Amino acid sequence: MLALNNVEVIYNDVILVLKGMSLEVPQGKIVALLGSNGAGKSTTLKAISGLLKPEDGEVTDGEILFEGEKIHELEAANVVRRGIFQVMEGRRVFEHLDVEQNLIAGSYTRSDRQNVRQDIDVVYEYFPRLKERRRQTAGYLSGGEQQMLAIGRALMARPKLMMLDEPSLGLAPLLVREIFSIIRRINQEQGTTILLVEQNARIALDVADYAYIMENGRIVLTGEPAQLRDNADVREFYLGLNEVGTRKSYRDVKHYKRRKRWLS
Amino acid sequence: MDKFLQLTLTGLTNGAIFALVALGFVLIYKASDVINFAQGDFLLVGAYLTFGLISQVGLPWSVGMLIAIVVAVLLGIVVERLVLRPLIGEPIISVIMVTIGLSSLLRSVVIWIWGTMGAQFPSFLPSQPINVFGAVVPADRFIAIGLAAVLLVVFTLFFRYSREGIAMRATADDQQAALSMGISVQKIFAIAWSIAAVTAVLAGIIVANITELSFFAVSSIGLHVFPVVILGGLDSIPGAIIGGLIIGLLESYVGGYTPSALALRTVFPFIVLIIILMIKPYGLFGEERIERV
Ligand SMILES: Nc1ncnc2c1ncn2[C@@H]1O[C@H](COP(=O)(O)OP(=O)(O)OP(=O)(O)O)[C@@H](O)[C@H]1O
Ligand SMILES: [Mg+2]
Repeated sequence: MLALNNVEVIYNDVILVLKGMSLEVPQGKIVALLGSNGAGKSTTLKAISGLLKPEDGEVTDGEILFEGEKIHELEAANVVRRGIFQVMEGRRVFEHLDVEQNLIAGSYTRSDRQNVRQDIDVVYEYFPRLKERRRQTAGYLSGGEQQMLAIGRALMARPKLMMLDEPSLGLAPLLVREIFSIIRRINQEQGTTILLVEQNARIALDVADYAYIMENGRIVLTGEPAQLRDNADVREFYLGLNEVGTRKSYRDVKHYKRRKRWLS
Repeated sequence: MDKFLQLTLTGLTNGAIFALVALGFVLIYKASDVINFAQGDFLLVGAYLTFGLISQVGLPWSVGMLIAIVVAVLLGIVVERLVLRPLIGEPIISVIMVTIGLSSLLRSVVIWIWGTMGAQFPSFLPSQPINVFGAVVPADRFIAIGLAAVLLVVFTLFFRYSREGIAMRATADDQQAALSMGISVQKIFAIAWSIAAVTAVLAGIIVANITELSFFAVSSIGLHVFPVVILGGLDSIPGAIIGGLIIGLLESYVGGYTPSALALRTVFPFIVLIIILMIKPYGLFGEERIERV
């Protein structure tokens, strides 16, 4: 459905951030994109959704294909019209609008306006808490409620592909689990394909069908969640697990070596 | 009592005109956080252009007015294309500086074509006196109040319920997030500027109808935009209307009850402006910044 082939992104004409990024998202699946801070995960999503321009970033090489067509030169509005919707990092709700107006903003590109009302109810079904707060100013919602609103707002566009940038950011573990189970439900019930960017590797690997790990602007490891969970590097760097009984000094050396291999 | 009523009516009608100009200002601010220093100058364009089309070209007033409105819409689109679009992603302050430039440009063009001399405006609005509880007010002054009232309702509904209105407020809140919704920020800016120009042009036509056409008088009304919006709140539609009416009334009373030699009337709005800035920096109805950690 979505394919990135050797994509290169440069900010401000000089800062090379994506260095030959390739990735594939098959229809109907949940694909996780993991990586540490500054790896280029958000940049990848923005390159897909056409949101690089306001930040003075540019796709300078490679191609981004959606349903077989090149999309990396489209305006953001046209990318949304094609069916790709990005839920940006940090929630980014419209603070001065109330909950329902935020949802209406999400439906901006819809041409079948008669169904918007009905879709608001669908969102309320997934997130009953939003319904209770429908007239409340979004800026005063709790962080978890704002994340629900950000996802609900994306649903309003009825996207084919929903891209979520760190939906677990700053939320309590229980709420993270709740939100991820809803993401799974959206994927199954609405048939929405999902590209999920996460720092929280554990939970991302739980819901994903397939995962990519990126470092320093390119993919370094891919596989099904089960494979990745067994991978020693992933266990150590992303799941925070150590092999029992390994001596510290030895581990540090290995750590360094693995790092080096990934970065080269 | 008679004098009081007369001053009140004059104040309200003047205030309604201030409110019309301020409405456009608020619209632009709401959509883009840009303080438009050229708002008052749209008034000049409206008044002089209509004068030119009707008195100098000889078109019927309805056609002249229609053309002026179309020009206002185009002006909004041109400003977006040539001025705002290249500045997307730049700090708001550069856009604000550009509106100062636009202000000088519009003024110079008006002076270049028509000069600063006064002229007799072809008053086409009905001006027969209307008697209100003993005070006499020409009919055209009431048109300003009617128009302000209608626009207040229309804009309020527009921002609360319509898709474009909500998109406009969303854009003001967070431009990049608005883009991610598929909202075309360019289109939103063009709409905001066009509507702002149209309301100001209409106000300009009404002003010229009520008084005679004078560069000084029309620009001084344009200057009222700042005290009005600072009083009402930069981003509040009802604030623009109420701010306009309050400034209009205060000015009228001050003018009527103090010796005219002191000319307090002219400085008064700016005294109000400074006081308001000290006690209520967001204005009477302004949106407060939402600070959450
Ligand atoms: N607008 C920008 N201008 C210049 N450099 C940028 C810009 N945005 C991001 N970068 C740089 O690009 C790199 C990747 O950033 P990106 O936001 O894509 O990382 P990320 O993987 O999403 O990280 P995080 O997990 O912290 O969100 C970083 O080094 C960052 O400093
Ligand atoms: Mg990020």
